[in-house]
Amino acid sequence: MTVTVTPATGSATASATGSATASATASATASAVATAAPVGTSYDVDRIRADFPILSRRVHDDRPLVYLDSAATSQKPRSVLAAMTDYYERHNAAAHRGVHVLAEEATDIYEGARDKVAAFIHAPDGREVVFTKNATESINLVAYALGNADRLGSRGRLGPGDEILVTQMEHHSNLVPWQLLAQRTGATLRWIPVSLEGRLELDDLDSLLTDRTRIVAFVHQSNILGTVNPVDVIVRRAREVGALVLLDSCQSVPHLPIDVQALGVDFLVFSGHKMCGPTGIGVLWGRFGLLAELPPFLAGGSMIEEVTMAGSTYAEPPQRFEAGVPMIAEAAGLGAAVDYLTGIGLDAVAEHEHRLTGYALERLAAVERLRIIGPATTSSRGGAISFVIDGIHPHDVGQLLDETGVAVRVGHHCVRPVCQLFGVPATTRASFYLYTTYGEIDALLDGIERAKRVFG
Amino acid sequence: MQTDSMYQEIILDHYRHPHHQGLREPYDAEVHHVNPTCGDELTLRVRLDGTGADARVADVSYAGEGCSISQASTSVMTDLVTGRTLAEALQVADAFGALMQSRGTLEPDENVLEDAIAFAGVSRYPARVKCALLGWMAWKDAATRAVDVHAGPPPDGPAPVAPVADPTTLTAPTPEEIVP
Repeated sequence: MTVTVTPATGSATASATGSATASATASATASAVATAAPVGTSYDVDRIRADFPILSRRVHDDRPLVYLDSAATSQKPRSVLAAMTDYYERHNAAAHRGVHVLAEEATDIYEGARDKVAAFIHAPDGREVVFTKNATESINLVAYALGNADRLGSRGRLGPGDEILVTQMEHHSNLVPWQLLAQRTGATLRWIPVSLEGRLELDDLDSLLTDRTRIVAFVHQSNILGTVNPVDVIVRRAREVGALVLLDSCQSVPHLPIDVQALGVDFLVFSGHKMCGPTGIGVLWGRFGLLAELPPFLAGGSMIEEVTMAGSTYAEPPQRFEAGVPMIAEAAGLGAAVDYLTGIGLDAVAEHEHRLTGYALERLAAVERLRIIGPATTSSRGGAISFVIDGIHPHDVGQLLDETGVAVRVGHHCVRPVCQLFGVPATTRASFYLYTTYGEIDALLDGIERAKRVFG
Repeated sequence: MQTDSMYQEIILDHYRHPHHQGLREPYDAEVHHVNPTCGDELTLRVRLDGTGADARVADVSYAGEGCSISQASTSVMTDLVTGRTLAEALQVADAFGALMQSRGTLEPDENVLEDAIAFAGVSRYPARVKCALLGWMAWKDAATRAVDVHAGPPPDGPAPVAPVADPTTLTAPTPEEIVP
């Protein structure tokens, strides 16, 4: 099915040229808009969906699955599953160990995935990409290693009087490791507050980010609010005062073109499973000079240089941070995910999600008793939309949506401080990805109206 | 609408019009339980009449916030335990626990569980079982503490310390922990 959009009217009046959208059903307009492509490109969401076997699943009384939970984890295209199966069927061996043909192939697959990831985020050097279990481990690695480092750049050991800066919208995985680091070292944890519009309050940035600040760790795109934070503003100030910067990009690497050099940060973390890859693999990118200064996190095989009974020296990064036989099949899958996303183009993905988000925000804003928790417009905002409905607990909203086949996330999304700020126990969150359609957003809205009817 | 919806009319009725709601005096024990994954919270008080085998649940009062399942289940629970002897009430609690961990395989006994049979469908959704159990676990905890208060200090021991609810340790157990 091909759909074209005229420049003057945008997605609102997408004209379907295929017969599939000519049906006279109530959702015909939505289906037509579903495949709206950016001008001059051919973003074909139906073709993309065909790559994801799970999206044709039916649930609860044979209803089509409407998967609006990609911020929790994305679905996987066939090519990712095939890469993992192929690895196990043809190449399985312990990477970096042995000289036989399978070991060489496994090592090539693993290191090849590293190079693909490096190119994907425009890292200047593949050695700057460390594979971890997930983004949570990546952040813990940095927090732990910083606490043990004798010096950080030109400055000494982290300790009392030093400060760690985060924001009030951090996922627990980018908050608790820093709380623990502060406890271990005597450093002070501070945070940038969040406004009720769901934006960072940066007016007092200069007094929060000072020469006492050793590291500032913050989220690129909030998993609960959808907010895309102004990395440049924070990085500029961090550079002025000589603080390191760690960017949590779990919700941005899958959705936006990312260039670590253009961002100017020191560390960047993300997980594989939110970007069409498998669970069990995450990434820590760090400037090579910085990684080279950090002591190990997990210790064991393959992270060493020389070992005696009395002591050891450590391998150069990234091996220093990859103790034990690594997750080779997962790396194969992540490499395939990078290829898949690169083939479609992150610009096209971002444009698609931007349009979907605009449509969803507009429709949700018209729902009575519904309050969006996060920015109300698409400006500096991604496709994760949290909301609450008066008189219906988010868990009930989520359960009733599930009964109609619509899968959303409910709860505090591991960002309890934001729920406290907005005075809600939890939210319902719908999140979009490259395979999401306008028709699925319509299904969400229908499900919300049904939930309101059930609860009266 | 699915015919086997979790949201039976009985549940919605108790959610809209909860029984025995509010925190009342006097009471023997008060607990605060939370469901950390959902953000459900419940403060619950128990008053007992009598001691030992004759102890009877005189009042259960509560305040909290949470989803319809946790709120309605707490309301139903107060109907089922209030006025009963502690031993009888614990038997009902055990029957409810068994139903909740049955994954939809147990046919509930209406003579024992009354309105609580409406939660049979919830047992098919492991993520929601802990919502249905929040009030029951809080009641069991408070009742146990109330028994201790009634028992008084041991002959030569120190006076009992007033029970302090610690939300970090008094969370609802996992289904595995509530084997009847």
